[in-house]
Amino acid sequence: MSALLQVDKLAKRFGGIVATDDLVFEVAEGELHAIIGPNGAGKTTLIAQLSGQLPADSGSIRFAGADVTRLPAWRRSHLGLARSFQITSLFLDLTVLDNVALAVQAHAGHSFHFWRDARAEAGLRRNARAALDEVGLSNRADARASLLSHGEHRLLELAMALAGKPRLLLLDEPMAGLGPDESARMVEMLGRLKRRYTILLVEHDMEAVFALADRITVLVYGRVIASGAPDVIRADAQVREAYLGEDEHV
Amino acid sequence: MTLSIRNLATVALFAALLLLPLYVQATGDRFLLTLFTRIVILALAAVSLNLILGFGGMMSFGHAAYLGIGGYAVGMLAHEGIVSGLIQWPVALAASALFALVIGALSLRTRGVYFIMITLAFAQMAYYVIAGIARYGGDDGLTIYKRSQFGALNLSNKVVFYYVCLALLMATVYLVWRLVNSRFGMVIRGARSNETRMRAIGFPTYRYKLVCFVIAGTLGGLAGALLANHNEFISPATMYWTRSGDLIVMVVLGGMGSAAGPVFGAVALLVLEEVLSGITEYWQIILGPLLLLIVLFARGGIDGLLAAARWPQRKKAPA
Repeated sequence: MSALLQVDKLAKRFGGIVATDDLVFEVAEGELHAIIGPNGAGKTTLIAQLSGQLPADSGSIRFAGADVTRLPAWRRSHLGLARSFQITSLFLDLTVLDNVALAVQAHAGHSFHFWRDARAEAGLRRNARAALDEVGLSNRADARASLLSHGEHRLLELAMALAGKPRLLLLDEPMAGLGPDESARMVEMLGRLKRRYTILLVEHDMEAVFALADRITVLVYGRVIASGAPDVIRADAQVREAYLGEDEHV
Repeated sequence: MTLSIRNLATVALFAALLLLPLYVQATGDRFLLTLFTRIVILALAAVSLNLILGFGGMMSFGHAAYLGIGGYAVGMLAHEGIVSGLIQWPVALAASALFALVIGALSLRTRGVYFIMITLAFAQMAYYVIAGIARYGGDDGLTIYKRSQFGALNLSNKVVFYYVCLALLMATVYLVWRLVNSRFGMVIRGARSNETRMRAIGFPTYRYKLVCFVIAGTLGGLAGALLANHNEFISPATMYWTRSGDLIVMVVLGGMGSAAGPVFGAVALLVLEEVLSGITEYWQIILGPLLLLIVLFARGGIDGLLAAARWPQRKKAPA
């Protein structure tokens, strides 16, 4: 398998704090690659750098053979990089279907169409419904996004990321704030998406990570301290040490 | 399907505006026609402002600049002996579009309070530049001796001019309504709601917002060309920052949620102003608290109240 995403010596500092410290890792085509690490390890900063919200101080990001280090977020999205947000980031005043239809529209040519009713465009609506189907949220299609429960928001986040038919899904803690039942459902859903999409998963829920991941990279203070198959990571002494005193996440 | 109260009110409002000249004819109240011509023109400006302010979330505090630029395009050309509307009006629209393009390109790089301040600053700059041009009257303004000429269409006839303004207002409301429901409009609304997410899902939001800003400015310039014709006079006061504030009040009062909302706001504000100033010299003391109440208790403005209103339900038979 070739690498779909190659991160080389990526660095980001906020004042004196090093959030990403010469990070090197790869995501292979087709794998589910998880990134774990204690709070403050720089996981969300990494996602923001990969998707283009935060510029990197130095280093490079190659995606599907192209250097995307300096590309703005929207261009990366067009190359097939889709992210979900840890803190739900939706269009709360639009309906659920409108939210996903916008994500479809972003990848259906330019939007300098000033006259035709976008909500009457069959192509946009059909693809949006398909994405909602995929996450099991079709029954809420016409509800305003603000009226959804937290669990439903997490699913909508995922549907919007899927709507653009991405080559790589960057999922930032999809399990954040979910109850045990909802978490279990989300794990099951990610299990189904696995293989159909290449996924980079950042997650605190260790049980979920070890159940899903093909490969795990452990981040501490912006550095990779270990990377390998789940069994290898589980046995790694350095990893155990990094998590000492953080047992609530183990 | 029953007609919603909101739609009925909108239809009623435009029907009343359409029938107004007949009422004026019957009563001979010429002043009413003058007042409502002004209301219709400023409503057009408010509708155009609402496109960026209400739907796009771009809090521009310089929209009166387009009234001035559109107006001065007409006034300056008339002053130079060019009275054809077919030249004056396109120049008014083009000048407004260009101004919007330049200040939009710069100010849309900022957010929040900075955006408000920078649009205000640009509008004030335009104000001082125009006030400084002695050839066109400077501070004193410029009298327009001849309204824009459109062949057989005689804009000097007050009824004809009123209907031209009203037709353009209705066309603008329709245009804005189509626009905000199109793909383009969905991008604009998405950018207001959550711009970070819009970029993350693949929209280069800046260029869409800029185009929206230019469309709104161009329509504002159209209102300016109408206003100059209406007053047969244009002065820098037309584009003073307090006028931008008036337009914002119309939008907020009328409601930002629909294309026609600001029309309600313009009618309500200007009629109130007229009525209250007839009662007391200090009419702003009454108008101020009234606006405060609307902002505090009716967040969607008049349009919001209408949208929430329901027909009285017939009693259901007990189960």
